[in-house]
Amino acid sequence: MIEVKNLTKKYGDHTAVDNLSFKVEKGQIYGFLGPNGAGKSTTMNMITGYIGATGGEIKINGYDIFEEPEYAKRCIGYLPEQPPLYMDMTPYEYLKFAAALKKIPKENREDMITEIMDRTKIFDVKDRLIKNLSKGYRQRVGVAQAMLGYPPVIILDEPTVGLDPKQIIEIRDLIKDLGNKHTVILSSHILSEVSAICDHVLIISKGKLIASDSPENLTKHLQGTTKVSLTVSGDRTVIEELLAAEEKIESYEIRPSDTEAGAYDIELQGKDTTDLRSLLFTAFAERQCPILQMQAASMSLEDVFLELTGGDREESEETEEAETSTAKSEEEEENGGDL
Amino acid sequence: MAAIYKRELRSYFTSPMGYIFIAFLLFVSGVYFTAYNLINAYPWFGSILSGTTFVFLILVPILTMRIMAEERRQKTDQLLLTAPVKIIDVVLGKYLALLTVFAIPMLFLCLYPLLLLMFGKTPASLAMDYLGIFGYFLLGACNLAIGLFISTLTESQVLSAVLTFLVLLICYFSSSLASFIPSTVNASLILITVLIIVAAIVIFVMAKNVFLAAGAACVLEVALILVFAIKPELLEGVAPAIFGIFDVSGRLENFVYGILDVTGIVYYLSLIVLFIFLTVQAIQKRRWS
Repeated sequence: MIEVKNLTKKYGDHTAVDNLSFKVEKGQIYGFLGPNGAGKSTTMNMITGYIGATGGEIKINGYDIFEEPEYAKRCIGYLPEQPPLYMDMTPYEYLKFAAALKKIPKENREDMITEIMDRTKIFDVKDRLIKNLSKGYRQRVGVAQAMLGYPPVIILDEPTVGLDPKQIIEIRDLIKDLGNKHTVILSSHILSEVSAICDHVLIISKGKLIASDSPENLTKHLQGTTKVSLTVSGDRTVIEELLAAEEKIESYEIRPSDTEAGAYDIELQGKDTTDLRSLLFTAFAERQCPILQMQAASMSLEDVFLELTGGDREESEETEEAETSTAKSEEEEENGGDL
Repeated sequence: MAAIYKRELRSYFTSPMGYIFIAFLLFVSGVYFTAYNLINAYPWFGSILSGTTFVFLILVPILTMRIMAEERRQKTDQLLLTAPVKIIDVVLGKYLALLTVFAIPMLFLCLYPLLLLMFGKTPASLAMDYLGIFGYFLLGACNLAIGLFISTLTESQVLSAVLTFLVLLICYFSSSLASFIPSTVNASLILITVLIIVAAIVIFVMAKNVFLAAGAACVLEVALILVFAIKPELLEGVAPAIFGIFDVSGRLENFVYGILDVTGIVYYLSLIVLFIFLTVQAIQKRRWS
């Protein structure tokens, strides 16, 4: 569907996108993940032909975006970071203009515009001036524009930024729905969003592709070893003896529990990926030490993201940015949870 | 191209800009027409055309300031440039919309000579009047192309308007300036050297290559000095002639005197083509840098 090879973009001495290569397969939702300034928007702008590349090539449906831009651009619907809306038009007029621009046959235009306005829920505001619409509606008009003509590839740059939680959920549902028929690429710095809707995640940092896999595989692959945290009631020496004797345990930490009297909190790390929980259960049961609670700690996509993009925590500023985005996503999850 | 043309034309008439342009142009030409042709009973219609070329200094920036600058500021150029449309079509669509807005007051202007017929004019002078209006339209179209190009260079409407005004002002006064310039060989030598330096700076800014810019400047300068050494009389009168090239409104004179000036037509058309080409190049340049 889309093939990107050795894509490079330089602004003067600054390299925004550095030798990026990836492939996008048909009918999946791809997520571009990266801290601010990682080169997500630049890459998308190059794929859609808005800006040129310093080096490398991009093929869409076999058409090179730089060699045969008109054929390649027909295969793409694009919503940039800031929706390209004309403030002096109504959504209906705007979509009609965009449809003409995209060379959609005249006889299909009306039906298609009505259908798309219906799907993006902008039918009620279709005759109001875009400058009077709220951010959420503007964003949806932008998405509607990207959907026009039902191109095989739809590219959305941060489609949920600035929306309220309800609108975010609506847009996400719409994107999932689009994913059934189209290839969708979206960028985001919100991790929960990407893990919720994407089939495939591409993590970009400093213009380089650092990971490309499904969200599940990414977490599984990077997790490596298992971590278990548990609370056990019983004698400390007995517990320590048991843990020391167990071969599969790499290391452990033990301290008196804050909440349970006479119990100990234990954090332990396994040697490999085998699940230690049933093993621990039988071992403690044999020694009459009841397990009050036990939990397998798994790495979230956020941890993966932090590990990949901000390995050196002290110095880099991206770490900070990554953290802000983590904070944002947490906040947003809370918001989502409220509903 | 049709879609962009329609949208652009529509936007001139949903905002006051189109109306202001048409009203002001008609007001000024109407005042001149009344004062010269009607009250003073002066039969030569061309006088009001050559007398009102100054309105372009004010009106052209008003019409062209937002045409490209605003697209860039609102980022709507992303829609245009990622749609399956050629850049030249975008530029032509916009330019044709400008011409259409400009053509509306021209149609009104075409009625004025008919009014003069009431006072007994011959058909021959009618042809002369319409030739004058044709020349006037070409002059306006040329100024609009310059404005279109300048609007592409910036994101700010104000800057675009001010720059367009300044450029048109320099063109407007270039014939008067040319008369101050001595036509001696030395003056030509200095002016051409200055132009070569300017060209070298432009090359450097565009290509970011010192050697290319310096090389081109050296080659041109050597050529100039060779001409100066071998045949200095070739350089005589070149300096005023260079200023004459910028005298866009001066070319109107032949038209209003009833001369179908082919060089004038070619001059205007080539300037229009040049500035449309430069507009496309400016957009391309921004995409690739």
